[in-house]
Amino acid sequence: MAWFRREKKPVEQPTPPEERRVRTEGMWTKCEACGQIIWKKDLETNWNVCPRCQHHFRLSAVRRLELLLDDGQWVEHDGALESTDPLEFVDTRPYRERLREAQQKTGMADAILTAEGRLQGHPVLCCSMEFGFIGGSMGAVVGEKVTRAAELALARRLPLVIVSCSGGARMMEGAISLMQMAKICAALGRLDRARIPYISVLADPTTGGVTASYAMLGDLNIAEPGALIGFAGPRVIEQTIRQKLPEGFQRAEFLLAHGFLDAVVHRKELKSYIASALDFFLA
Amino acid sequence: MDANDRKREIEQLERDVETLRRLVHKDAQTEAELERLRREVAELRREFFEHLDAWQRTQLARHPQRPYTLDFARLLFDHFSELHGDRAFGDDPSIVTGMARFAGRPVLVVGHQKGRDTKQKLARNFGMPKPEGYRKALRTMQLAAKFGRPIFCFVDTPGAYPGVDAEERGQAEAIARNLREIMLLPVPILVTITGEGGSGGALAIAVGDRINMLENAIYSVISPEGCASILWRDAAKAPQAAAALKITANDMQQLGLVDEVVPEPEGGAHTNHEETARILQEVLSRQLAELVRLPPAELLEQRYRKFRRMGQAFRESYAVQARG
Repeated sequence: MAWFRREKKPVEQPTPPEERRVRTEGMWTKCEACGQIIWKKDLETNWNVCPRCQHHFRLSAVRRLELLLDDGQWVEHDGALESTDPLEFVDTRPYRERLREAQQKTGMADAILTAEGRLQGHPVLCCSMEFGFIGGSMGAVVGEKVTRAAELALARRLPLVIVSCSGGARMMEGAISLMQMAKICAALGRLDRARIPYISVLADPTTGGVTASYAMLGDLNIAEPGALIGFAGPRVIEQTIRQKLPEGFQRAEFLLAHGFLDAVVHRKELKSYIASALDFFLA
Repeated sequence: MDANDRKREIEQLERDVETLRRLVHKDAQTEAELERLRREVAELRREFFEHLDAWQRTQLARHPQRPYTLDFARLLFDHFSELHGDRAFGDDPSIVTGMARFAGRPVLVVGHQKGRDTKQKLARNFGMPKPEGYRKALRTMQLAAKFGRPIFCFVDTPGAYPGVDAEERGQAEAIARNLREIMLLPVPILVTITGEGGSGGALAIAVGDRINMLENAIYSVISPEGCASILWRDAAKAPQAAAALKITANDMQQLGLVDEVVPEPEGGAHTNHEETARILQEVLSRQLAELVRLPPAELLEQRYRKFRRMGQAFRESYAVQARG
């Protein structure tokens, strides 16, 4: 018997660390609200809503359109528009690099898609924002695409639906981002006076310059449950007043109670809600 | 060398020339020599103020002695009489509005108002409006439009107030509505960014037919400090952020976002309110004369096109993937 020396080789080689993982890793996710462990496939088939607590997870711009438009079909407009980095902005990294990375990650040119399709039979123009693209921020491209969508809606008398999901104006395009707010609101003003329906859907989160321009100007402003909606972000407010904010502050239900939303609508009912609104406006 | 050192050095030179003038025996040759020195120092001073960087201009734009709306109301207009309240919630002292006369013509004055000492600053909420301020501005601007009166806006705010009550009363909605509705008011609107053009809180009363900017004013989507703390994760990087954001009047003109940069008296607007107002008055008079000639429909069309053309920083070059 070998007391001091190991005589036999170990029976099998241990798994190298890079292969040491549970086979189901990445297939489960934890609900941010109730902590429920959810099978990712289940979450996807359930419209990215937690089956237990109904917490609404974020949706990609494409997935949103698939859920809203008939047969998941549409024609995209202005998909080729991309930013020219007008300020040649560099912070800790060049903005150009951030843009390229976001494009690779999302497969989109910028943070919004404009789609023409049908919503329960109603022909509509629908803009859908992508939070995964630099926080869904609005620069020259988002501003131009929303403006063009409003102008096209006006020219063809199509109802406009915009699903916002954005941290606000894009810092890296400076005051150019800011002026998009004025430009978009000018176009929405014409749409308003021409009595063409515009429905604004506010998803989590909608803050800053997006809320302070098109997201609050719908004939109907409707939000998903629990969506964070505001002008200033909660952290900025906490820094200003140096107090903790109350639970539920700036959530969709809070805005509803304060009179700034027409309704808070569950994701699964969103499409039929918009359709009935369009019936009301147009039928 | 630090800019303040440089400024102190120039001031020292100015004092030296003065001392020399008092000390030396006056004859034609020394007089000429002194005059030459004086002019050289003046040139250095002019050059210094011409080449201020974005952060230095930010300091000037925030200078507590800078002329504010009520100063302009007194210096540029006659018979200013203030209008209060939004007819819904209250009166916001950080935006003042009032009827006035501009070269005899009845007009409306609207602008942010900051305070100079601590008490005033608190009373004016540091020039940061709440929703009722924006709603008051819109209400009085609609009143002006109803009676065909031109509107003069003076913009100087760190931004819309980021507080609980402002959110509860719909800060975002108030700003958004102003943007849409002011765009459609069929009277001339002349906007001057006089100090800090702080993001949406500035833009909410900065939509118009002519956008002017005082030489040392700034206009930005976010404060340099805010940008620095988000992107650099360090508020002390504000000077870098100020440069990167391109916030000065010259930057804004190069980007095509403002029409005219209005020169300030040497040393900045705070050194001489009367002179600042005199220079601005010439610009505003000329612009108003151009605008009152236009029929309302043409005025609105030009205003729409003006904002429509702004910030076209995109190209059609992305290879779109098939979707949908």
